[in-house]
Amino acid sequence: MSKIKVEACVSVASDTDIVNARRQGRALADHIGFSSSEATLIATAISELARNIVHYARDGEILVGMVNGDSCPGISITARDSGPGIPELKRVMLEGFSTSGGMGLGLPGVRRIMDEFNIESQVGKGTTVTAIKWKR
Amino acid sequence: MAVPILKQSHYLIATIQAALTDADLVELRDALVARVGKFRSRGVIVDVTALDVLDSFASRTLRDIACMIRLRGAETVIVGIQPEVAFTMVQMGITLEDVPTVLDLEEGLAHLERKSRH
Ligand SMILES: Nc1ncnc2c1ncn2[C@@H]1O[C@H](COP(=O)(O)OP(=O)(O)OP(=O)(O)O)[C@@H](O)[C@H]1O
Ligand SMILES: [Mg+2]
Repeated sequence: MSKIKVEACVSVASDTDIVNARRQGRALADHIGFSSSEATLIATAISELARNIVHYARDGEILVGMVNGDSCPGISITARDSGPGIPELKRVMLEGFSTSGGMGLGLPGVRRIMDEFNIESQVGKGTTVTAIKWKR
Repeated sequence: MAVPILKQSHYLIATIQAALTDADLVELRDALVARVGKFRSRGVIVDVTALDVLDSFASRTLRDIACMIRLRGAETVIVGIQPEVAFTMVQMGITLEDVPTVLDLEEGLAHLERKSRH
Protein backbone atom coordinates (compact mmCIF):
# COMPACT_ATOMS: atom_id res chain seq x y z
CA MET A 1 0.00 0.00 0.00
CA SER A 2 1.18 3.54 -0.73
CA LYS A 3 2.60 5.70 1.99
CA ILE A 4 0.31 7.62 4.31
CA LYS A 5 1.17 11.18 5.26
CA VAL A 6 -0.54 11.77 8.60
CA GLU A 7 -2.10 15.23 8.80
CA ALA A 8 -3.92 15.05 12.12
CA CYS A 9 -3.96 12.80 15.13
CA VAL A 10 -6.92 13.12 17.47
CA SER A 11 -7.06 11.36 20.81
CA VAL A 12 -10.49 9.93 21.37
CA ALA A 13 -11.89 9.29 24.83
CA SER A 14 -15.22 11.12 24.95
CA ASP A 15 -18.16 12.09 22.80
CA THR A 16 -16.76 15.60 22.22
CA ASP A 17 -13.61 13.96 20.79
CA ILE A 18 -15.84 12.09 18.31
CA VAL A 19 -17.18 15.42 17.03
CA ASN A 20 -13.65 16.84 16.89
CA ALA A 21 -12.28 13.83 14.97
CA ARG A 22 -14.95 14.01 12.31
CA ARG A 23 -14.51 17.77 11.97
CA GLN A 24 -10.79 17.28 11.31
CA GLY A 25 -11.55 14.54 8.80
CA ARG A 26 -13.98 16.74 6.93
CA ALA A 27 -11.46 19.60 6.85
CA LEU A 28 -8.82 17.33 5.31
CA ALA A 29 -11.35 15.88 2.85
CA ASP A 30 -12.27 19.41 1.74
CA HIS A 31 -8.59 20.30 1.44
CA ILE A 32 -7.89 17.26 -0.77
CA GLY A 33 -10.81 18.29 -2.95
CA PHE A 34 -13.47 15.68 -2.20
CA SER A 35 -17.06 16.65 -3.03
CA SER A 36 -19.29 17.59 -0.14
CA SER A 37 -21.12 14.23 -0.42
CA GLU A 38 -17.83 12.36 -0.19
CA ALA A 39 -16.70 14.54 2.72
CA THR A 40 -19.92 13.60 4.50
CA LEU A 41 -19.24 9.90 3.90
CA ILE A 42 -15.73 10.33 5.29
CA ALA A 43 -16.92 12.28 8.36
CA THR A 44 -19.55 9.63 9.03
CA ALA A 45 -17.01 6.80 8.78
CA ILE A 46 -14.79 8.62 11.29
CA SER A 47 -17.77 9.10 13.58
CA GLU A 48 -18.54 5.36 13.61
CA LEU A 49 -14.92 4.34 14.21
CA ALA A 50 -14.39 6.95 16.93
CA ARG A 51 -17.56 5.93 18.71
CA ASN A 52 -16.50 2.29 18.66
CA ILE A 53 -13.26 3.35 20.36
CA VAL A 54 -15.13 5.26 23.09
CA HIS A 55 -17.72 2.50 23.60
CA TYR A 56 -15.57 -0.59 23.48
CA ALA A 57 -12.00 0.47 24.22
CA ARG A 58 -12.59 3.63 26.33
CA ASP A 59 -9.82 5.51 24.54
CA GLY A 60 -7.62 5.48 21.50
CA GLU A 61 -6.81 7.69 18.56
CA ILE A 62 -7.89 8.61 15.06
CA LEU A 63 -5.29 9.54 12.47
CA VAL A 64 -6.32 11.16 9.23
CA GLY A 65 -3.86 11.50 6.41
CA MET A 66 -3.25 11.88 2.72
CA VAL A 67 -2.26 8.97 0.57
CA ASN A 68 -1.15 8.80 -3.05
CA GLY A 69 -2.64 6.07 -5.16
CA ASP A 70 -1.51 5.00 -8.64
CA SER A 71 -3.53 7.65 -10.39
CA CYS A 72 -5.23 9.74 -7.72
CA PRO A 73 -4.86 11.02 -4.17
CA GLY A 74 -6.90 9.70 -1.30
CA ILE A 75 -7.71 10.17 2.35
CA SER A 76 -6.84 7.57 4.92
CA ILE A 77 -8.43 7.05 8.31
CA THR A 78 -6.78 4.98 10.98
CA ALA A 79 -8.60 4.20 14.22
CA ARG A 80 -6.52 2.43 16.82
CA ASP A 81 -6.88 1.49 20.43
CA SER A 82 -5.35 -0.77 23.05
CA GLY A 83 -8.73 -2.01 24.23
CA PRO A 84 -10.10 -5.54 24.64
CA GLY A 85 -9.86 -6.48 20.97
CA ILE A 86 -12.47 -8.38 18.98
CA PRO A 87 -12.68 -12.15 19.45
CA GLU A 88 -15.00 -12.80 16.51
CA LEU A 89 -13.67 -10.64 13.73
CA LYS A 90 -15.70 -12.43 11.02
CA ARG A 91 -18.97 -11.97 12.83
CA VAL A 92 -18.57 -8.26 13.60
CA MET A 93 -18.24 -7.60 9.88
CA LEU A 94 -21.73 -9.00 9.33
CA GLU A 95 -24.46 -6.42 9.41
CA GLY A 96 -26.56 -6.60 12.56
CA PHE A 97 -23.94 -8.10 14.85
CA SER A 98 -23.51 -6.08 18.03
CA THR A 99 -22.40 -6.88 21.56
CA SER A 100 -23.94 -3.69 22.89
CA GLY A 101 -27.52 -3.72 21.59
CA GLY A 102 -26.46 -1.40 18.76
CA MET A 103 -27.55 -1.81 15.17
CA GLY A 104 -24.28 -3.47 14.25
CA LEU A 105 -24.07 -1.15 11.27
CA GLY A 106 -20.87 0.70 12.10
CA LEU A 107 -18.10 -1.53 10.77
CA PRO A 108 -19.98 -3.06 7.80
CA GLY A 109 -21.21 0.43 6.86
CA VAL A 110 -17.71 1.92 7.01
CA ARG A 111 -16.39 -0.91 4.86
CA ARG A 112 -19.13 -0.23 2.30
CA ILE A 113 -18.64 3.54 2.05
CA MET A 114 -14.84 3.51 1.91
CA ASP A 115 -12.79 2.08 -0.99
CA GLU A 116 -10.31 0.11 1.08
CA PHE A 117 -10.86 -1.36 4.50
CA ASN A 118 -8.70 -3.35 6.83
CA ILE A 119 -9.24 -4.44 10.41
CA GLU A 120 -6.72 -6.04 12.71
CA SER A 121 -7.55 -7.03 16.22
CA GLN A 122 -5.96 -9.06 18.94
CA VAL A 123 -7.83 -10.06 22.05
CA GLY A 124 -6.37 -8.29 25.05
CA LYS A 125 -4.16 -6.11 22.85
CA GLY A 126 -6.40 -3.83 20.84
CA THR A 127 -7.89 -3.03 17.47
CA THR A 128 -6.71 -1.06 14.44
CA VAL A 129 -9.00 -0.19 11.56
CA THR A 130 -7.60 1.44 8.44
CA ALA A 131 -9.78 2.75 5.64
CA ILE A 132 -9.06 4.73 2.48
CA LYS A 133 -11.23 6.66 0.09
CA TRP A 134 -9.79 7.60 -3.31
CA LYS A 135 -10.55 10.88 -4.95
CA ARG A 136 -11.46 9.80 -8.47
CA MET B 1 -29.45 22.71 26.55
CA ALA B 2 -27.52 22.56 23.29
CA VAL B 3 -30.77 22.53 21.33
CA PRO B 4 -33.42 25.22 21.87
CA ILE B 5 -36.98 23.91 22.06
CA LEU B 6 -39.69 26.34 21.03
CA LYS B 7 -43.34 25.91 21.95
CA GLN B 8 -45.66 26.93 19.15
CA SER B 9 -49.36 26.39 19.96
CA HIS B 10 -49.82 22.60 20.24
CA TYR B 11 -46.38 21.76 18.95
CA LEU B 12 -42.77 21.71 20.08
CA ILE B 13 -40.05 22.67 17.64
CA ALA B 14 -36.47 21.62 18.37
CA THR B 15 -33.97 23.26 16.05
CA ILE B 16 -30.51 21.72 16.04
CA GLN B 17 -27.98 24.54 15.57
CA ALA B 18 -24.66 22.75 15.11
CA ALA B 19 -22.96 19.37 15.39
CA LEU B 20 -24.17 17.53 18.49
CA THR B 21 -22.36 15.20 20.83
CA ASP B 22 -23.99 11.94 21.89
CA ALA B 23 -24.73 13.50 25.29
CA ASP B 24 -26.45 16.47 23.61
CA LEU B 25 -28.66 14.08 21.64
CA VAL B 26 -29.66 12.15 24.73
CA GLU B 27 -30.38 15.42 26.55
CA LEU B 28 -32.59 16.53 23.66
CA ARG B 29 -34.49 13.23 23.80
CA ASP B 30 -35.16 13.53 27.52
CA ALA B 31 -36.12 17.21 27.32
CA LEU B 32 -38.61 16.57 24.51
CA VAL B 33 -40.22 13.66 26.30
CA ALA B 34 -40.58 15.75 29.47
CA ARG B 35 -41.95 18.82 27.69
CA VAL B 36 -44.51 16.98 25.62
CA GLY B 37 -46.13 16.08 28.95
CA LYS B 38 -45.65 19.47 30.55
CA PHE B 39 -47.18 21.41 27.63
CA ARG B 40 -49.59 18.66 26.54
CA SER B 41 -48.17 19.01 23.05
CA ARG B 42 -49.66 17.07 20.15
CA GLY B 43 -46.59 16.99 18.02
CA VAL B 44 -42.85 17.47 17.90
CA ILE B 45 -40.71 18.73 15.04
CA VAL B 46 -36.98 18.03 15.10
CA ASP B 47 -35.17 20.22 12.60
CA VAL B 48 -31.85 18.60 11.60
CA THR B 49 -30.96 21.04 8.79
CA ALA B 50 -27.72 22.00 10.57
CA LEU B 51 -26.60 18.39 11.14
CA ASP B 52 -23.74 17.47 8.80
CA VAL B 53 -23.48 13.88 10.03
CA LEU B 54 -26.30 11.51 10.95
CA ASP B 55 -24.52 8.33 12.00
CA SER B 56 -25.85 5.15 13.56
CA PHE B 57 -26.03 6.63 17.06
CA ALA B 58 -27.80 9.82 15.99
CA SER B 59 -30.36 7.93 13.89
CA ARG B 60 -31.02 5.51 16.70
CA THR B 61 -31.60 8.42 19.07
CA LEU B 62 -34.01 10.08 16.61
CA ARG B 63 -35.92 6.80 16.36
CA ASP B 64 -36.00 6.55 20.16
CA ILE B 65 -37.33 10.10 20.38
CA ALA B 66 -40.16 9.34 17.96
CA CYS B 67 -40.99 6.11 19.76
CA MET B 68 -41.04 7.66 23.23
CA ILE B 69 -43.06 10.67 22.03
CA ARG B 70 -45.58 8.30 20.47
CA LEU B 71 -45.91 6.46 23.77
CA ARG B 72 -46.70 9.85 25.32
CA GLY B 73 -49.51 10.25 22.79
CA ALA B 74 -47.93 12.71 20.38
CA GLU B 75 -46.38 12.58 16.90
CA THR B 76 -42.83 13.34 15.81
CA VAL B 77 -41.61 14.48 12.42
CA ILE B 78 -38.00 14.99 11.34
CA VAL B 79 -37.35 17.88 8.95
CA GLY B 80 -34.38 19.13 6.97
CA ILE B 81 -32.22 16.06 6.29
CA GLN B 82 -29.58 17.41 3.89
CA PRO B 83 -29.02 15.67 0.53
CA GLU B 84 -25.45 14.62 1.43
CA VAL B 85 -26.66 13.23 4.72
CA ALA B 86 -29.46 11.29 3.01
CA PHE B 87 -26.92 9.89 0.52
CA THR B 88 -24.64 8.76 3.34
CA MET B 89 -27.48 7.15 5.31
CA VAL B 90 -28.48 5.09 2.29
CA GLN B 91 -24.86 4.03 1.65
CA MET B 92 -24.37 3.11 5.30
CA GLY B 93 -27.65 1.21 5.48
CA ILE B 94 -28.96 3.49 8.23
CA THR B 95 -32.73 3.99 8.32
CA LEU B 96 -35.16 5.94 10.46
CA GLU B 97 -37.66 3.10 10.00
CA ASP B 98 -41.19 4.43 10.42
CA VAL B 99 -40.28 7.92 11.63
CA PRO B 100 -41.87 10.43 9.24
CA THR B 101 -39.47 12.81 7.52
CA VAL B 102 -40.40 15.82 5.42
CA LEU B 103 -38.52 18.51 3.57
CA ASP B 104 -38.72 21.55 5.86
CA LEU B 105 -40.39 23.20 8.81
CA GLU B 106 -43.42 24.31 6.83
CA GLU B 107 -44.06 20.76 5.61
CA GLY B 108 -43.45 19.53 9.14
CA LEU B 109 -46.20 21.74 10.55
CA ALA B 110 -48.54 20.72 7.74
CA HIS B 111 -47.80 17.05 8.48
CA LEU B 112 -48.63 17.48 12.16
CA GLU B 113 -51.83 19.40 11.35
CA ARG B 114 -53.00 16.54 9.15
CA LYS B 115 -52.11 13.99 11.83
CA SER B 116 -53.94 15.74 14.65
CA ARG B 117 -57.10 16.16 12.57
CA HIS B 118 -57.44 12.39 12.21
N1 LIG C 1 -12.54 -0.83 18.81
C1 LIG C 1 -13.22 -1.92 19.21
N2 LIG C 1 -12.77 -2.67 20.26
C2 LIG C 1 -13.44 -3.76 20.66
N3 LIG C 1 -14.58 -4.22 20.08
C3 LIG C 1 -15.07 -3.53 19.04
C4 LIG C 1 -14.43 -2.35 18.55
N4 LIG C 1 -15.14 -1.87 17.49
C5 LIG C 1 -16.17 -2.72 17.34
N5 LIG C 1 -16.16 -3.72 18.26
C6 LIG C 1 -17.10 -4.87 18.36
O1 LIG C 1 -17.70 -5.06 17.08
C7 LIG C 1 -19.13 -5.02 17.20
C8 LIG C 1 -19.70 -4.43 15.93
O2 LIG C 1 -19.32 -3.04 15.81
P1 LIG C 1 -20.22 -2.09 14.90
O3 LIG C 1 -19.70 -0.71 14.99
O4 LIG C 1 -20.33 -2.71 13.56
O5 LIG C 1 -21.66 -2.16 15.57
P2 LIG C 1 -22.13 -1.60 17.01
O6 LIG C 1 -21.14 -0.61 17.52
O7 LIG C 1 -22.41 -2.76 17.91
O8 LIG C 1 -23.50 -0.88 16.65
P3 LIG C 1 -23.66 0.52 15.84
O9 LIG C 1 -22.31 0.94 15.38
O10 LIG C 1 -24.58 0.20 14.70
O11 LIG C 1 -24.27 1.47 16.80
C9 LIG C 1 -19.40 -4.23 18.46
O12 LIG C 1 -20.65 -4.56 19.02
C10 LIG C 1 -18.23 -4.64 19.36
O13 LIG C 1 -18.49 -5.88 19.97
MG1 LIG D 1 -20.40 0.95 16.27
